[in-house]
Amino acid sequence: MNGNKKNFWDLINSISREIIYTILGIVVIIPLLIGIKEEVQISPAVEAAYKTIESLDSTDVVIVSIDYDPSSMPELQPMLKAILRHTFENNIKVIMMAFLPLGLPVGTEGLEEVAREYEKVYGEDYINLGYRPGDRAVMIDMGKEIRNFFRTDVNDIPLDSYPMMRDIHNYNDIALIIGLEHGRVGEFWIQYVGSRYNQRIVLGVTGVMAAETYPYLQSGQIEGLIGGLKGAAEYETLIKKPGFGLTGMAAQSWAHIAIVMFIIIGNIGYFMTRRKQGRL
Amino acid sequence: MLEILSVWIAGGLTLCIFSFLYGDNPVYKFAEHLYVGFSAAYWLIYVWHFTIKQMVINPIAARDPGAWMLIIPLFFGFLMLSRWLPEKYSWISRWSIAFTVGIGAGLVTIGQIQGLLLPQLRATILPLATGKWTTNINNFIIIIGTTTTLTYFYFSRKDTGIMSRFSRIGIAFIMIALGAAFGYTVMARVSLLIGRMVFILGNWFHIVKPL
Repeated sequence: MNGNKKNFWDLINSISREIIYTILGIVVIIPLLIGIKEEVQISPAVEAAYKTIESLDSTDVVIVSIDYDPSSMPELQPMLKAILRHTFENNIKVIMMAFLPLGLPVGTEGLEEVAREYEKVYGEDYINLGYRPGDRAVMIDMGKEIRNFFRTDVNDIPLDSYPMMRDIHNYNDIALIIGLEHGRVGEFWIQYVGSRYNQRIVLGVTGVMAAETYPYLQSGQIEGLIGGLKGAAEYETLIKKPGFGLTGMAAQSWAHIAIVMFIIIGNIGYFMTRRKQGRL
Repeated sequence: MLEILSVWIAGGLTLCIFSFLYGDNPVYKFAEHLYVGFSAAYWLIYVWHFTIKQMVINPIAARDPGAWMLIIPLFFGFLMLSRWLPEKYSWISRWSIAFTVGIGAGLVTIGQIQGLLLPQLRATILPLATGKWTTNINNFIIIIGTTTTLTYFYFSRKDTGIMSRFSRIGIAFIMIALGAAFGYTVMARVSLLIGRMVFILGNWFHIVKPL
């Protein structure tokens, strides 16, 4: 009978996943309910992205490429809004485009919301080119003439009928490309546009992609990198406009503490059980 | 009214998907199939509007200069549909596949060499005496990390002696990289959970500030 009796560490090792999910859910909900605010430390990568956009003139035009879809919205939508607030605040003109079909409505929603905040006029201050398939081919050909692939905007209206597009033809007329990425399109911007046309690029990526994107920052192929919700919170701090990024940071920190505790307790449980079995 | 309804549908579907945490069930399956179906329909509309209409039909209808060239990709596009024909004719679709593979291979080769290999190689040729000790240490770590990791993937010589020592250091660097990637992945997944929680508590129940 005694052999079947479970001790504390056996119980720890056999905790059901439902309990872990519940604890994680509670840990995320409590800071949101209480409304805890947390300050974030600004990383050099995000500061570099901020400074790159800050260095642009009011006559400059940037391309914002929406290369994510609703599955990455919580991480990249706050980034999009923060970047658009920064560009519109500095009267920089914005061209939006998407290489993912489900990314376009998400990007359009963010663009329209921030444009309304700053009373920007469609066609004069910003434009939405819509979605195009064939990312790499489109990127390369845009170096010759944007109209080769985008004769019209998202509403099927010819680009030349908009004042801001009349003198914009290729990357020579674009000061910066800002790619918001949850897949490989960001790498394509670097490999096909950055390398070929010496185009300045800043990337905002999901947390999953951040680690693998850092080498491009170190090599100078991108000028700034915003990684995950933490990156979005840092950017919101830099532009002094708190949004969802900063709201979520307290919940993020609490969840991280909980996960670290799970890992520590799980590992102690594992070693204690093995020691009890005489296998350590 | 429509907005309230859409929030209720989105909130309800979120709970349906969350029910998978307990186990596979019909409610989860319903939400999953709905998502797949809606995504496919959405994608179809986009392909029609932004690809076929804007890039093929409009230029040909407007008789744009050079629009006749669109006949070539259109022809190859139609050939792809021959996959549905009996085996006797379905091989024709391979022309289109060969066309796509050829373009893809060419693009990837240029992109990888010009945009990845050469710039990354250049980024590892770093000075070790810059006058700033933190930069010197960082540069040293990058050089050692790159060379030892490459040694780990060098399979043309037996992994013994000095090679083995180098490759073991390389393994340590790979482990650190994997740890960093895992940490970021945890952050990403927690962010998604926070996003949904804010939607449920904010947009749906109005307890916290909505998205």
